[in-house]
Amino acid sequence: MVGNVLNPKEAAEKIKEKFPEEIREIREHNGQLSVIIRRDRVSEILKYLNSDPLLKFDLLKDVCGVDYYKKKEPRFEVVYHLYSLQNRCLLRLRAEVPEDDCWIQSSVDIFEGANWPERECYDLFGIVFKGHPDLRRVLLPDDWEGYPLRKDYPLQSDLGEREWKGYLDVIELAKKNMEFETK
Amino acid sequence: MDQNSDACVIKIEEGIKLIPGANAVVASIDKLVNWGRTSSMWPAVFGTACCAIEMMTTGASHYDLDRFGVIFRASPRQADVMIISGTVTKKMAPVMRRVYDQMAEPRYVIAMGSCACTGNVYNTYSTAQGCDNFLPVDVYIPGCPPRPEAFIEGLMKLQEKIKNEHLRWSRWR
Repeated sequence: MVGNVLNPKEAAEKIKEKFPEEIREIREHNGQLSVIIRRDRVSEILKYLNSDPLLKFDLLKDVCGVDYYKKKEPRFEVVYHLYSLQNRCLLRLRAEVPEDDCWIQSSVDIFEGANWPERECYDLFGIVFKGHPDLRRVLLPDDWEGYPLRKDYPLQSDLGEREWKGYLDVIELAKKNMEFETK
Repeated sequence: MDQNSDACVIKIEEGIKLIPGANAVVASIDKLVNWGRTSSMWPAVFGTACCAIEMMTTGASHYDLDRFGVIFRASPRQADVMIISGTVTKKMAPVMRRVYDQMAEPRYVIAMGSCACTGNVYNTYSTAQGCDNFLPVDVYIPGCPPRPEAFIEGLMKLQEKIKNEHLRWSRWR
């Protein structure tokens, strides 16, 4: 089928027209277009991209976080990959999130599939998604402290004082139970 | 006595004698029990990552673990050996320990693959550096993953270990 194929640049221009003060930058790298936006009205932008009859970005491919620790301010970014099945167009939205006020609006009410990716982003980066229906950790244990994918988190397995209590408990239990092993 | 009764006693193995006339086997109870244990090591499988695939391969008809009396069990209550095959995460550690604690004595642990032995290259926040941090491991099998031959060699090593055990009874017996 030869349908009309939308150029991501056109989509980016349309967002710029509609939300001129929200766009920080439109950047192209290796033929891939990124639209860097402020985080404050991200929900509206996503809703617009999803519902506009010409754009129709109806598939949210992924939501992920990036930590630009000591490289860029604001420190975090939440990256949305949107795809329009009808227009065969892929668009990347990068919303900047500062460290001291680390939140962004949830997009679960627009894209149902954003639920777990947002939880993962919260789990590993500590970015709070406001309006998320069930914002709990998804990979790590509920009582884990810290956000491991942040660049200032320890790299090694030995976390020292930050070690998860559940794991320390198991080691403790194993020591205690050694007494009951037959020698 | 052995010299005099050579005709009616047959020595099967070191420490095991057969008396055909009396239809009896004379051996130490250690020998008999260890023989039973070595030839029926039923593992509780604990596949945590890709090594489990190699373990399944070894269990299937080409390598056929059944001929050693190794029959995979789905329940720790019926198992003698726990085979940890794959990367051990810290989140999985409490579960693993609980499965081990549910196994009946005598129980053994085989750490299969580099991850289960030492954590391999995964020196990261989520990975335990070897399951011996919280389990008494009997046999370590290195490899990423170990070949089925190596895995079988590990089982043989455990059989050797069990054969040399002396008076291993549970203290409540």
